[in-house]
Amino acid sequence: MRIIVPIKQVPETNAVKMDEATGTMIRDGVEAIVNPLDLYAIEIAIRLREAHGGEVLAVSMGPPKAVKAVKEAVAMGCDGGVLVSDKAFAGADTWATSYVLAEAIKTLGDYQLIICGERATDGDTGQVGPGIAAWLDLPVASYVSKVEDVSEDICRCQRLVEEGYEILDVTMPAVLTVVKEVADPRLPTLGGKQKARKLEVPTLGQADMTVKQEYLGLKGSPTRVVKIFRPKVARQCQMFTATDETSIDQAADAMVGFLKERELI
Amino acid sequence: MEYKGVWILAEQFKGRVQRISHELLTRGADLAAKRGVELTAVIFGNEINDDDLQGLIDRGADTVIATEAPELEHFLVEPYAACMIKLIAEHRPEIVIAGATSTGRTLMPYVAIKTNAGLTADCTVLDIEEDTGNLLQTRPAIGGNILATIKTPNHRPQMATVRPRSTQPAPTQQGRTGKITRLTAPSELLESRIRRVDFVPDESEHGLQDADTVVACGRGIKKGENLSLINDLAESLDAAVGASRDVVDRGWLSYPHQVGLSGKTVSPKLYVAIGVSGTIQHLAGMQTSENVIAVNSDPDAQIFRVADFGIVGNLFEVVPAMIEKIKATREGEKH
Repeated sequence: MRIIVPIKQVPETNAVKMDEATGTMIRDGVEAIVNPLDLYAIEIAIRLREAHGGEVLAVSMGPPKAVKAVKEAVAMGCDGGVLVSDKAFAGADTWATSYVLAEAIKTLGDYQLIICGERATDGDTGQVGPGIAAWLDLPVASYVSKVEDVSEDICRCQRLVEEGYEILDVTMPAVLTVVKEVADPRLPTLGGKQKARKLEVPTLGQADMTVKQEYLGLKGSPTRVVKIFRPKVARQCQMFTATDETSIDQAADAMVGFLKERELI
Repeated sequence: MEYKGVWILAEQFKGRVQRISHELLTRGADLAAKRGVELTAVIFGNEINDDDLQGLIDRGADTVIATEAPELEHFLVEPYAACMIKLIAEHRPEIVIAGATSTGRTLMPYVAIKTNAGLTADCTVLDIEEDTGNLLQTRPAIGGNILATIKTPNHRPQMATVRPRSTQPAPTQQGRTGKITRLTAPSELLESRIRRVDFVPDESEHGLQDADTVVACGRGIKKGENLSLINDLAESLDAAVGASRDVVDRGWLSYPHQVGLSGKTVSPKLYVAIGVSGTIQHLAGMQTSENVIAVNSDPDAQIFRVADFGIVGNLFEVVPAMIEKIKATREGEKH
């Protein structure tokens, strides 16, 4: 089977800076990694290939340096990948991002599954996976926690919902978005790293696909960031230090007092 | 026809309207009042409870549109999206809000693409911009380090998902009346390439978001075996057990226990954080709790910034003392 895994390069630390004027993130000077939640998508894709044969391709949209994310996916065991990159794609919201990714995927030939991470740790929206499905007019199973079986054209999976787990038979081609429970990601192998180092990752720009100009980047995005600010947190904390038997006893007593005062016990 | 009106996507499980619907009515009523328009609750399902539909009116909806079919009993993205897209095309709402639930987070992006709508995920604050009437959507991003206010200037409808438990459910008001329309979904909209073949309820995770008290543990518990201490504390307080991302990533507790931006949002009467450092990512999932108690060995831990009562100390010494005192107090009350 052929599996496409859209991945995103995200900043490593939480110490990211914002461009106050455009409301977008300044990515310079912050180490970039593969979105940790995408690793689960890569892992389950590789496992499916190991069980059923075929090929796994990683697709990443981002600036030229996001090629590193594709190479990391290859080092883990993906067979190859493409970078989707063009100045015209910059500033895209989830609507415009999923549009370009869907158009890029259309150029890659037939596939049975598109497997996405649940969400990226920077934008935290989780909208791009279902968005890609909508653009490609494919069914999407979100929050997949287990892929039980893949037969001819059906993928049986477990979907994590509020009340428990749904067991779904999904007709392929389809999009899955997966949660952590799906599989523990492996580390890159030495052989994988060597393969990744040598690999020429093709870049797809707007000229390489049939895209509508008016759907691209910031100007193609329905949403606009109008303000960025830091969250305020303010509570008065009653503090006790508990270092020995006496102070531990006092602190625990005070805690019970607090519970009583607030009518919590 | 201009776009007008505020919609909320109500949700049902086994025909019963879910709490998130009532939380959305709280949000929706505020927006509808500011825009001077009607508030409509839209719901998909099969044989939805009559009283529950009236309950949506009682809690603030002016209109309820229930679309029903056996195929809509459970969420399936294609039929739900097809029915919702049809309703949007017919009624042209200006604003559509849904819960950031497994349903809302899947249906809304699918529909937003197909309807050319702007969509903002996981909003914590929704408001109307005075001059323009645009929906202002505020949400945490980048691990909760920042809040971003987002608007959709030119596309309609303006769509947003809202975290469950981030607002109180709208209360029932006496004597409210409104129009309830029950529609039977046309069969051509009900085709699905996904079949729901079974359902396995997860009893263990139940209750975290419904619990009055949550005891959460962080990396400070050092290893999975030490969870018994947390379980004992939770038991003494009749609490559900939550965890930080670290604990779940290490496999000490399963993902459904995770509290935080990439887990669940909880808003209990009492949140007890044991050995939780309090990353922004974790705080985003619990800071609306009414009362917070924190135990941590580091006096500078961020968790104390959102706590009402804090103990700096070794949790392996402090927690047993807490359990003992809580038990003694509860025993004392019985006699």
